[in-house]
Amino acid sequence: MKRVYPKEDACINCKLCEVACLVEHSETKDIFKAYRDVPRTLSKALVEEDGPNSISIQCRHCTDAPCIDACITGAMQRQDDESPVIVDREKCVGCWMCIMACPYGAIQMDVRKKDKHKVSSKCDLCPGRTMPACVEICPNRALFFEDRG
Amino acid sequence: MNYLIIGNSAAAVGAVEAIRKKDKKGGITILSKEPYLAYSRPLITEFLADLVTEKGMSYRAEDFYKDNQVSLKLGVSAKSIDAKKKVVAASDKKEYSYDKLLISTGGSPIVPPMKGLNKKGIFTLLTLDESKEIKKNLKGAKRVVVIGGGLIGMKAAEGLHEAGIKVTVVELADRILSRILDEKGSSIFESYLKDKGMDIITSDSVVEITGAKKATGVKLKSKKKIVCDMVIMAIGVRPNLDVIKGSGIGTKQGIIVDNRMQTNMADIYAAGDVTQADDMLSGEKRVNAIWPLAFKQGRIAGTNMAGGTKIYEGGFAQNSLSVLGLSTISMGIVDASSKNGYEVITGSGKGKYSYKKFVFDKDTIVGGIFVEDIDRSGIITGLVKERYKVKDNKERFLSEKFGLINLDKTWRDSKLTKPV
Ligand SMILES: Cc1cc2nc3c(=O)[nH]c(=O)nc-3n(C[C@H](O)[C@H](O)[C@H](O)COP(=O)(O)OP(=O)(O)OC[C@H]3O[C@@H](n4cnc5c(N)ncnc54)[C@H](O)[C@@H]3O)c2cc1C
Ligand code: SF4
Ligand code: SF4
Repeated sequence: MKRVYPKEDACINCKLCEVACLVEHSETKDIFKAYRDVPRTLSKALVEEDGPNSISIQCRHCTDAPCIDACITGAMQRQDDESPVIVDREKCVGCWMCIMACPYGAIQMDVRKKDKHKVSSKCDLCPGRTMPACVEICPNRALFFEDRG
Repeated sequence: MNYLIIGNSAAAVGAVEAIRKKDKKGGITILSKEPYLAYSRPLITEFLADLVTEKGMSYRAEDFYKDNQVSLKLGVSAKSIDAKKKVVAASDKKEYSYDKLLISTGGSPIVPPMKGLNKKGIFTLLTLDESKEIKKNLKGAKRVVVIGGGLIGMKAAEGLHEAGIKVTVVELADRILSRILDEKGSSIFESYLKDKGMDIITSDSVVEITGAKKATGVKLKSKKKIVCDMVIMAIGVRPNLDVIKGSGIGTKQGIIVDNRMQTNMADIYAAGDVTQADDMLSGEKRVNAIWPLAFKQGRIAGTNMAGGTKIYEGGFAQNSLSVLGLSTISMGIVDASSKNGYEVITGSGKGKYSYKKFVFDKDTIVGGIFVEDIDRSGIITGLVKERYKVKDNKERFLSEKFGLINLDKTWRDSKLTKPV
């Protein structure tokens, strides 16, 4: 299946992938509104940095995904081996078994203390798009959307 | 091909999905003692406090069994296995034959001997029915004693507390959650929960449940007495081996399985809490009764039963627990210090209760604890699984921004540039 692959040497730490991801997953998909949404959507991509190095990390959509093994509710699912791993946010109870299991730290905790809302959030490869938003926006070709076997 | 599965929970569902990937036609039958479609067992304590509905607990869509052409026998228990004739006798007086058999009967509750166990108002908490029964009996109840301060005990205590009950947890060991946390982690939880109004008694045990017909209190070894309206036993579980008695299937504490999840008998497999399977960190076979391993073992058993090849590379303890708003995730060897030969790095993050610990066996990372700041802790689970080696600057693991970027570049490239 096609997955997102980062190219570390090309990453310039601009974090535009985080912005594009957040906007794409916001209700309005409008950059001016998305950052004012309450609650604000989370970016499913995370740019890590260490000194001069940086890299954009998002879900690997693993074969035999550990997050699916670990999910106690069945909220973490995929249709078949060629489909993205997706969380059903209605079903998720925020038990964080998937956080415990994901070896890439690619799942975010979407928590609102006020109404006890807690669900996990992760990359869904942007359903409805031919190119995920993060890959499309990357100004230095540090993200690729490819089938590498 | 005729597949028969005993038990209908995490391991069974994992097996059905794996079998159907390889074999679209073979018949699959499931015998399920519990009269329910597979549900999320860990949620029965939330159910107790009405934090989740029965429907919300279903583990798969309603059509799961139909879509996978599974003949599901609800409320039917397997009674005995005849491995020569390849049949299983069941409580509905029928015999079920099989070509491949999976035993996924899970665990049964441990009830230690004590006086007064024959009274009403004493419950174990392992099934949805038990949760329903407790809920019914909670009406009018004010105080409940939970025996056992492990994961299930603390989840039960949380559920009751959320339902407005005054809870006292009695734990034999000198600290709660002693299997998933170290001393420091346990004491953080203990003081947090006491602040929330939970009573926690450690280094003590219940010797007698008092009351005429119904439990009205408990007596402790320390001679202390606690008045209560109900007692919940949450000492732990042991593999449920009832059905294999006399079958010739090899056991120690649990059913012994090889790395294909096969028992000592041809065509008989086992998966989940009932097994004693390879443990990666000790190198021995152990009972690791947790959901992710149950599902994974089921998936591997199913693949092999259907003629594929999948190898179980071994499991290790991994837990994610939240009690009354405080979360912890831990993995691998956690109760370690330089005294027992490990190198240990500890620190804390932003939160008030935050605590982090990383355990190394020489250079190999073998465990970790995260309290409150649990974000991205799975990276450590992955590293423990891979026996990742850290030569220098182990303190970097404590950094708030710790990530894959702080690990070896060649390792990172191997993970991020091709499918995993
Ligand atoms: C309150 C609670 C909280 C938990 N929280 C967590 C958690 O946070 N994280 C975690 O990883 N794990 C947790 N667990 C453990 C987790 O639920 C188990 O590891 C998991 O359910 C094991 O799945 P299994 O398929 O092996 O068997 P089980 O879920 O134990 O199911 C076995 C099934 O087989 C049936 N059965 C038994 N004998 C027969 C027979 N002879 N014939 C027919 N059917 C039979 C039983 O009735 C049962 O329905 C928790 C458990 C409890 C009770
Ligand atoms: S969330 Fe993590 S474990 Fe799950 S598929 Fe993505 S990378 Fe793999
Ligand atoms: S947090 Fe949600 S998706 Fe993650 S394991 Fe728990 S229920 Fe499943």
